[in-house]
Amino acid sequence: MTHTQIPRISGVLRSPVTFSVLAGLVIGALFLVGTGADPITAYGAVLTGSLGADGIGSTLSTGTSVLGVALALAIPLRAGLINLGGDGQMVLGGITAAVTGLYSPLPAPLTVVLALLAGMAAGAAYAALAALCENRLGVPLLVSSLLLSYPAVSLASYLARYPLKEPGSSLPQTRAMPDGVALPAFGDSTVTIGLVLVVLAAAAYWFTDKRTAFGYEIRMTGLNSRFAAYAGVERRGLTLKLMSVSGALAGLVGAIGVLSFPYRFVDGSLTAPGYTWTGLTAALLAAAAPLGTVVASFFFAVLAVGGLAMERTTEVPRELTQVLQAIVIVFLAARLRFPSGWFRRRPRKSSQESPQEIGAA
Amino acid sequence: MFFDSDLLMSALRALTPILLAALGGALCERAGVFNIGLEGMMLMGCFTSVATSWFTGSAWLGVLAAALAAAAYSLILAVGAVTLRGDAVVLGIAMNLLAVGLTSFLLRTVFGVQGTFDDPSLAGLPLVGGFTPLAYLAFVTVAVAAVMLSRSVWGLRLRGVGEAPDAAATLGVSPAKYKYAAVLISGVLCGLAGAQLALGNVTLFSENMTAGRGWIAVVAVMLGRAAPVGVLLAALLFGLAEAAGFRLQGVGLPQQATDAAPYVVTLVALFLSTARRRRRTANSPSGATT
Repeated sequence: MTHTQIPRISGVLRSPVTFSVLAGLVIGALFLVGTGADPITAYGAVLTGSLGADGIGSTLSTGTSVLGVALALAIPLRAGLINLGGDGQMVLGGITAAVTGLYSPLPAPLTVVLALLAGMAAGAAYAALAALCENRLGVPLLVSSLLLSYPAVSLASYLARYPLKEPGSSLPQTRAMPDGVALPAFGDSTVTIGLVLVVLAAAAYWFTDKRTAFGYEIRMTGLNSRFAAYAGVERRGLTLKLMSVSGALAGLVGAIGVLSFPYRFVDGSLTAPGYTWTGLTAALLAAAAPLGTVVASFFFAVLAVGGLAMERTTEVPRELTQVLQAIVIVFLAARLRFPSGWFRRRPRKSSQESPQEIGAA
Repeated sequence: MFFDSDLLMSALRALTPILLAALGGALCERAGVFNIGLEGMMLMGCFTSVATSWFTGSAWLGVLAAALAAAAYSLILAVGAVTLRGDAVVLGIAMNLLAVGLTSFLLRTVFGVQGTFDDPSLAGLPLVGGFTPLAYLAFVTVAVAAVMLSRSVWGLRLRGVGEAPDAAATLGVSPAKYKYAAVLISGVLCGLAGAQLALGNVTLFSENMTAGRGWIAVVAVMLGRAAPVGVLLAALLFGLAEAAGFRLQGVGLPQQATDAAPYVVTLVALFLSTARRRRRTANSPSGATT
């Protein structure tokens, strides 16, 4: 690596993302060897299990949620704001959509639209509350969003277990949505129009980020919030706007979850898979860039679904994939500012400066 | 009677793990390292203490192993944030995530169970006057930390490193050394907190059993302004909220309401304290410039 004879390869190798992902996979292989499994068989099972004919539907429906939450968390992260309240916003969106779906007097197709909008509104309002906590009360967003998440999850759990519980069922779930109140699915798969909605959201984020003044303000705030403030970006307003969008997207994911199979709100079904953490991991891996977030979300959806296949084939617990995700981020975070001289890095245009400022606040 | 000695006892039991972890977090804060990996470090302590106690039959070896394992785990933050100058917030989040995955993975590979490992022959910590020895240790640690930070040369240098690293370095104090020490001590304390949680209050390990207590500890550091006594008061508040929650459950409130209580109380306390602090800075003459 002393000379740049093969500049493209060394350039890719120097990218902290590539390094982190490779390091994660190598450490994962060590874990696999440690448990007596063959890493190649195991990783092969991850790929065939998630991308094969049997797994791709599952990957895409998991990917819908992961990408939705990842976008929700990436958008504020682009400005250096970390929203840790994804669980609460998503669950409130889900339960609101469920109530709307069950009680709306409108015809089914309109009810679906209304439920999606209601879910988004609920998520947005709750995330805005966290923003107000920072703006008005001085509680750091990181903390206010996270702490607010717990009561929201408890509230939704209470509603699903008592007032809205399906009569006669032993499961903590609401009644099923009425006939027709469901997102259209592709064929007989579990992949719904929700995937299209989330991809559209990603496209809108890409456009805003690349082509609009607002996107430029967001990125500038992420790179250097003091400079952005000097240049006239009003931080409080920005926080409120970004958190509202973020919460709306998280709420959308919750609503999509309720309007897809099994067409009801099931307590824990939105929080137990850990979409919030996987989504945040994806957003961090991509430094919140729009296209990168899509790619990283797909990567983690493959890991999550493939992990099940790996467990069946090699009896290695699927939790290994969660370990992999975290290791990738540990490497990425630690490599952000390697001592100069290890690798000569190109100056990077991402939001890495800012999370530390939140930490200091 | 709602407020009686039983309530206070259960509040004190609930506060112990929070207090131990929060003291570690406060030390890091004073040294200028923002540590939100407390949750993950605690969880590593929980698992190590249970595993060691199970294989050796000694709860005390479990406590020792938990302290060592969590300290080793805290090296991720020390190396990543101090030596490599990585992002402490992102590292902390990743450490929490890693701990959940790693302990669940180990639970299944080592014990072959999913969810909870619970065995009658698993040795728990003995109780002395209704509390584990770790609970007494937590209170002793408050006093020791308070004296160290305000009186000892080491404590003053640690604070100096946190407040003005360049000035400290000019005086020949190595900021990195003090930061490493603070992070490692926080690891030890979080390990003890985890052991208390898994071998003290109950005797079992279950996936993600810290359930946000590490985050509460982070908030306790903020509420207590990273001072040991302040942190103690903040942890006491959380302990009271948790104990009152259990009590209310006995009166017939649903479990979900009581689950949420500690977080709501913590949040409200945070509002009140920051609002008061803001008003004070606004009234003080120096507040005009900030």
